[in-house]
Amino acid sequence: MNIDPNDNLVEVRNLTKWFPVQRGLLAQVFGGTRRFVHAVDDVSFEIRRGEVFGLAGESGSGKTTTGRAVVGLTPVTSGRVIFDGIDLTTLGGTGMRSLRRAMQVIFQDPMASLNPRMSLGRSIGYGLEIHNPEMDADARRAAVVEMLERVGLAPANYFYNKFPHQTSGGQRQRAAIARALVTQPELVLADEPIAMADVSVRALLLDLMNELKRDFNLTYLFITHDLATAKYICDRVGIMYLGMMAEVAELRELYTHPLHPYSQALLAAVPVPDPHQRRTQPMPEGEIPNPISPPTGCRFHPRCPIAGEVCAQEVPAFRELRPAHRVACHYAERFLPSGD
Amino acid sequence: MVTTPGGGKDTLVQIRDLSVTYHTRLGPLSAVSGVSFDIRRGEILGLVGESGCGKSTLGRALMRMVAPPAEISQGQLLFDGEDIMAYDGEKMRDFRGRRVSMIFQDPLTSLNPVQRVDEHVVEAIQVHEPQTTIRVALNRARTLIQTLGIRANRLRDYPHQLSGGMRQRVMAGLGLVLNADLIVADEATTSLDVIVEAKLLDEFKRLRDEFNLTILLITHNIALVAQIADRIAVMYAGQMAEVGDVVTVFDDPCHPYTEGLLRSVPNVKLNEREVLYKMGGEPPNLTHPPMGCRFHPRCPMAMPICSAEEPALLPVVGDVEHLVHCWLHQPQTRGAEAQA
Ligand SMILES: Nc1ncnc2c1ncn2[C@@H]1O[C@H](COP(=O)(O)OP(=O)(O)OP(=O)(O)O)[C@@H](O)[C@H]1O
Ligand SMILES: Nc1ncnc2c1ncn2[C@@H]1O[C@H](COP(=O)(O)OP(=O)(O)OP(=O)(O)O)[C@@H](O)[C@H]1O
Ligand SMILES: [Mg+2]
Ligand SMILES: [Mg+2]
Repeated sequence: MNIDPNDNLVEVRNLTKWFPVQRGLLAQVFGGTRRFVHAVDDVSFEIRRGEVFGLAGESGSGKTTTGRAVVGLTPVTSGRVIFDGIDLTTLGGTGMRSLRRAMQVIFQDPMASLNPRMSLGRSIGYGLEIHNPEMDADARRAAVVEMLERVGLAPANYFYNKFPHQTSGGQRQRAAIARALVTQPELVLADEPIAMADVSVRALLLDLMNELKRDFNLTYLFITHDLATAKYICDRVGIMYLGMMAEVAELRELYTHPLHPYSQALLAAVPVPDPHQRRTQPMPEGEIPNPISPPTGCRFHPRCPIAGEVCAQEVPAFRELRPAHRVACHYAERFLPSGD
Repeated sequence: MVTTPGGGKDTLVQIRDLSVTYHTRLGPLSAVSGVSFDIRRGEILGLVGESGCGKSTLGRALMRMVAPPAEISQGQLLFDGEDIMAYDGEKMRDFRGRRVSMIFQDPLTSLNPVQRVDEHVVEAIQVHEPQTTIRVALNRARTLIQTLGIRANRLRDYPHQLSGGMRQRVMAGLGLVLNADLIVADEATTSLDVIVEAKLLDEFKRLRDEFNLTILLITHNIALVAQIADRIAVMYAGQMAEVGDVVTVFDDPCHPYTEGLLRSVPNVKLNEREVLYKMGGEPPNLTHPPMGCRFHPRCPMAMPICSAEEPALLPVVGDVEHLVHCWLHQPQTRGAEAQA
């Protein structure tokens, strides 16, 4: 499918999500300042219709929180999420319910979307029961059987009656994919969907997701902490660090010309499965800071090898330095290939 | 150097015909069956294979850490030439603490939550060297923790106050402080972010280089093995499929399982392995493993003999260091596929 760079299915504008920190009893009695986890801060990006947009970054960087906000599963602190022209952040419960069908989720653990006491067939049909209540039982069963076949759970009538514990992890994830796709959504949030699977199963699931995307004209928001996996499915990638968006670009562009020192470190850290290409670059010092009181200025500055004075003082603007390639770093010009 | 059956000077552990059986409700499950290989002094040996193939069971069996329902049903374990299967309970406990140390995926489960880091280190020293005073032990702890890149004031922290990467290093440190010869790291980096993982791998390499430590790196992440291991051992369904030098095996895998596995691993480098190999089928149920070679139902190269008789783990032609458990490489049938 051709992707039109001006046809945005999702627009995320200055998305911010803070979680209040649970306070101890003393703090509640004596007051004091309320503290927050800065899970997502002023993040903007868009997802084009028909593309796979990848969100990558280390644990706690805010990928899941961003993803949940995009599909309207979490109220935002500020900012806007526009889905197909509709602002989800101002939409009431009824409006949201009618959009739910169009946005489905695949989780890392397939059991998050399968009921252990229901057969796979019933679990998959359950979404249809909710979103298409007018559909009769026979039609629903037919739709589920067709979907089982599509995700490679054949013979479908055999798998229809299986319970989750009677199947392998890979088969369960296929069933979870079937459950997400049976309502014919437009956007699928896939949050680390293959992280629990074995290497051999991962390759099969990635292939399946690519195929289904093509056949059903889907758009994916694909969350992963693994940039090697992202290479096989994502069209564009956003790199998050401590609640901020560090860099967004088309995947090949980002992997060849990473402009943010954090993206550079993250890419260099990915182990290459080739003993002739062993990493020699040192890794950034220090640990990821506490998201309750993130560093001032650029949040990466305490670990950044090229940080200057301005980095501790000013939040870097998220700016376009190469075509369709945006980065939030005061010194990113240094990494522009000569000729730019 | 050729590994003689008696074990050369460079051999630390000899595993001979080792089998571990779990007695389950569905009958005996042969998690490890008839496995033989050597671990050489000062090497990093990577042990890989799909989930459930017996890596952890094998790793624990090396220390005879198997409890009912599991049992070492046959085999020999020689550590520095000594038959540790003959050790009594007390000798075995002392051996475990002093000579071998294990790092698990989540060291929080093996560190005592109400004991500070220095107390762990001192206890570990005093259990095995009762004559050492607390002061000497503390000094050793301080020196060691700094070598591992953790500030000495962290010694007063409780395990939960450390980051995941620091906890892993403390565990490795506990092994080191006793001058353990062998570290068994079972998925030790699996829950870590790539940057922390990369730092821990650097640490493993440094420990090996500086202290001539021997490390058995158990992982499902084959890329890690490519990055730091000297040799690789590939398991399939409780058996050793292939063992050899890491460069040789990556460049020229002999077992069709190894070949498929390596070709299904994502590679972050652009223009390298743009398409992942999709291995069909699933590992067998180990209560009823297939006849003959256990891989034959999934093997693209299977011959009639493969489903009838089991091959032996033998050197490939021209390389005594490279062992493979496959009918394509047995003297009786070598080159058979070329004629077929
Ligand atoms: N419900 C919540 N209440 C409080 N804090 C939260 C909540 N959900 C997430 N957080 C915090 O928000 C930050 C971002 O979390 P998030 O789960 O979005 O990260 P992530 O990038 O998905 O991480 P991972 O790779 O571990 O899944 C973290 O510091 C996390 O602890
Ligand atoms: N306590 C147990 N009781 C019965 N069977 C067990 C037990 N522990 C493991 N097994 C079985 O033994 C086999 C080997 O398990 P093991 O945990 O050693 O595999 P592994 O290679 O470490 O897998 P993973 O990559 O998932 O850690 C598996 O088939 C598993 O189901
Ligand atoms: Mg997450
Ligand atoms: Mg294991």
